[in-house]
Amino acid sequence: MSMEIPYTVEARPDTGLTNGKLGIWLFLASEVMLFGALFASYVMLRVGSQNWPPGSTYLNIPLATLNTVILISSSVTMVLAWASIAKHDFKRFRLFMGITILCGFGFLIVKYFEYSAKFHHELYPSTNTFLAIYFTLTGLHGLHVIGGMAVNSYLWGPGSALYKTDPVHFMNRVENSGLFWHLVDLVWIFLFPILYLL
Amino acid sequence: MSDSHDSKHAAHAGHSAEEVDRHVRAAYYVFGSLLVLTGFTVGAYFLHLPKHLAITLALLIATTKGSLVAAWFMHLVSERKLIYWMLVLTALLFIPLLLLPTLTVADHIHLR
Amino acid sequence: MAQTTVAHGAAPAHDAHHEELGFWRKYVFSVDHKVIGIQYAVTGLLFLLFGFSLMMLMRWQLAYPGQALPLIGALLGEARTPGGIMLPEFYNELGAMHGTIMVFLGVVPLAVGGFGNFVLPLQIGAPDMAFPRINMASYWSYFLGGCVMLASFFVPGGAAQSGWTSYAPLSDIAGSGQTWWLFGMVFLITSSLLGSINFIVTTIQLRAPGLSFWRLPFFVWAQFVTAFLLLLAFPPLEGAAFLQLMDRLAHTSFFLPSGLVVSGQALQVAGGGNPLLWQHLFWFLAHPEVYVLILPAMGIVAEVIANNTRKPLWGYRSMVYSLIFLGFMSFIVWAHHMFITGMGTTMAAFFQTTTMIISIPSVVILSSLFISLYGGSIRFTTPMLFALGFLPMFGIGGLTGLPLGLTASDIHLHDTYYVIGHFHYVVAPGTIFGLFAGIYYWFPKATGRMMNETLGRIHFWGSFVFMNVIFTPMFIMGMAGVSRRLYDGGASYAHAQGVLHWNVVSSWGAWSLALFQLPFIFNFFWSIFRGKKVDDNPWHATTIEWAAPSPPPHGNFASQPVAHRGPYDYSVPGAARDYSPQWEAVGA
Repeated sequence: MSMEIPYTVEARPDTGLTNGKLGIWLFLASEVMLFGALFASYVMLRVGSQNWPPGSTYLNIPLATLNTVILISSSVTMVLAWASIAKHDFKRFRLFMGITILCGFGFLIVKYFEYSAKFHHELYPSTNTFLAIYFTLTGLHGLHVIGGMAVNSYLWGPGSALYKTDPVHFMNRVENSGLFWHLVDLVWIFLFPILYLL
Repeated sequence: MSDSHDSKHAAHAGHSAEEVDRHVRAAYYVFGSLLVLTGFTVGAYFLHLPKHLAITLALLIATTKGSLVAAWFMHLVSERKLIYWMLVLTALLFIPLLLLPTLTVADHIHLR
Repeated sequence: MAQTTVAHGAAPAHDAHHEELGFWRKYVFSVDHKVIGIQYAVTGLLFLLFGFSLMMLMRWQLAYPGQALPLIGALLGEARTPGGIMLPEFYNELGAMHGTIMVFLGVVPLAVGGFGNFVLPLQIGAPDMAFPRINMASYWSYFLGGCVMLASFFVPGGAAQSGWTSYAPLSDIAGSGQTWWLFGMVFLITSSLLGSINFIVTTIQLRAPGLSFWRLPFFVWAQFVTAFLLLLAFPPLEGAAFLQLMDRLAHTSFFLPSGLVVSGQALQVAGGGNPLLWQHLFWFLAHPEVYVLILPAMGIVAEVIANNTRKPLWGYRSMVYSLIFLGFMSFIVWAHHMFITGMGTTMAAFFQTTTMIISIPSVVILSSLFISLYGGSIRFTTPMLFALGFLPMFGIGGLTGLPLGLTASDIHLHDTYYVIGHFHYVVAPGTIFGLFAGIYYWFPKATGRMMNETLGRIHFWGSFVFMNVIFTPMFIMGMAGVSRRLYDGGASYAHAQGVLHWNVVSSWGAWSLALFQLPFIFNFFWSIFRGKKVDDNPWHATTIEWAAPSPPPHGNFASQPVAHRGPYDYSVPGAARDYSPQWEAVGA
């Protein structure tokens, strides 16, 4: 019997899915539960507190709005990167994937300014519960941004060699990586108002 | 059974050029909507609504934005039922996780 | 002679372009699900033995509090057993690590990582798991987590000692062993997530032609539902672990309330946190976790019963629906572990209700297994002995859960020995019996040889008797009000005096149980080399794993098996034999 694992590239007829796509959606479901736990913690801590500061007390709303726009834009460029590969335009794929990665860098740089400003004012996770959950939630989200960027960089760089030997397999990988990246954007869409504006 | 010749065609993977273009156009519309909704999110902040209303509105807008990302960027509108039902299951478990712990201390809730 | 779709060859079936792997890639960093399954199983069994040994030390202190541990006491050092007498801190260390190791490093890796990995692809006629490299990563992540947990015994202050439940605020302020525990858990949770994704994708995508969901062996269904529990319940514990790590390392106060005083000194933290938050996040995982502990064992027992009654399972569809319903309900009962934390009566009533409801699918599954025996031609093989033993033992475990799930009686029984008796009945003569059944049952598939039946019977009867000796007295002690986690077993409490002697009974039961594991350990290794050689299907079973050679080569089957019928076509009227294997063509 062949050693090949079926449905890595072509979809299984009755489910209509490749293994990778099903796998990445399952992973995303687990991520929803992970961030859900942290949001649940936020709710319980805030509801149980006597003086919960409004986000503007400590946080920079214009910078975070900029970050929101950066991430949303990077999601669009991620779609465009996938679309380029789906239409066999490798150069445009590299362009849009590159912009997506750069947007990630932009997001992290803004975060760097945010965090260092806080530390400069001696505002640490240990200072109070609001800052604790702020740093933890945005920190974990930031780690996911880095992780997504790492995968995207691999696909932009050494991983793109797969396009020459098996373009459909490569396109599937780009699509699956895109799904992860959109989740990172989605989490931020909730993080931004909850932490900064409420 | 696909051979290397077949696999080079996007059509084999179920994405014709027209489908991809439609998808891209939808993405642009969603992009615009997301920017507008982001404006609403920040604008709502400046309305300085009472807490309950502010929270409800913020979550409503965020949910709308999130749904657009999920439906169009993540392609859920045309995704297989299997994926859709798995996400419904996740959502059904997410909600108790979010709410029940706080409800157990509900006797002492004061929303400020 | 029935046509099978398998070649019985001694030579492994390699593809032409597949070069021979070196020792390390073949046996250590293998991506073959069978090798990984055996790695998980052996590592899990070693951890079970180690975790059991920790308890055997504790049982001395419980039976003879304040007396020096013979022999070993002198070896454990002044920090833990000065003069050979166990310090309370050491007792707590043993207790926390016994629980952690048995649950996370022993039972689940064996039940899911071991049996799931080895059997599932074979039972669905697949060449391997959907993601073989992720499979390998998940084993090594588990291994690393285990190393971290073991290493934690050697850090200053010793291993975690705040219970396997790591309740705040104690765990927040405990010694560095607790930090190691948290990092260890992160590795274990990562392993679990990778594994669960693999199991779900494999089951959905790699089923053989003709193998619809309703033709799946119950074992596969059980592993499938278990994988969903692991996928969706573990992440909140991972989140909680991050929060506790922040509390311990970044001095946040997620779980530390304002005004906490420790040893007379106010704790210098911001406060504003909630210890109950940890409990909620922990139990959100830990309740589904107990179903992770039992479901694979139920799956194994179902396979063994069908095979050794020569009959289809009774109520297969109801059992599957019950599995799914049970899996879903398991997510919304968790606060029954927290009834006495001060929650309002509405929420308590909610969790009591869901907890009562969840007993229904359990009863359906257990009843179906019992009814499956009726009218069967029962073969009392060693696997069947363990499967039969499982049934009443799980029954006792389940029934004793009911007074815990009812808030009124739980007030009296919470955190007493009654709880310990309840959950050990489910896990020890419950799950572990199921796992033993699985080892005796699938040993011939993994090795091509049978384990010795006589040694198996000795193992079974000794384990059955002494597990009951250990755990039955705990119900008595619990109802008398003896709390759990008391390092002297209740000796300093007036209300416990009348039941203290049961501690001695349980302890001797534990040490006797250990003796009766020796025939098993010997049998396991001896049979690998000297066991009776058998053909590919010595049990005359119907499920697809028995179509592969024993042991199966890389790729499992010479050609793709096809499922032509349901999983338990035993004693079909008019058939030539009393079993019609799933992979054999109709009319062959």
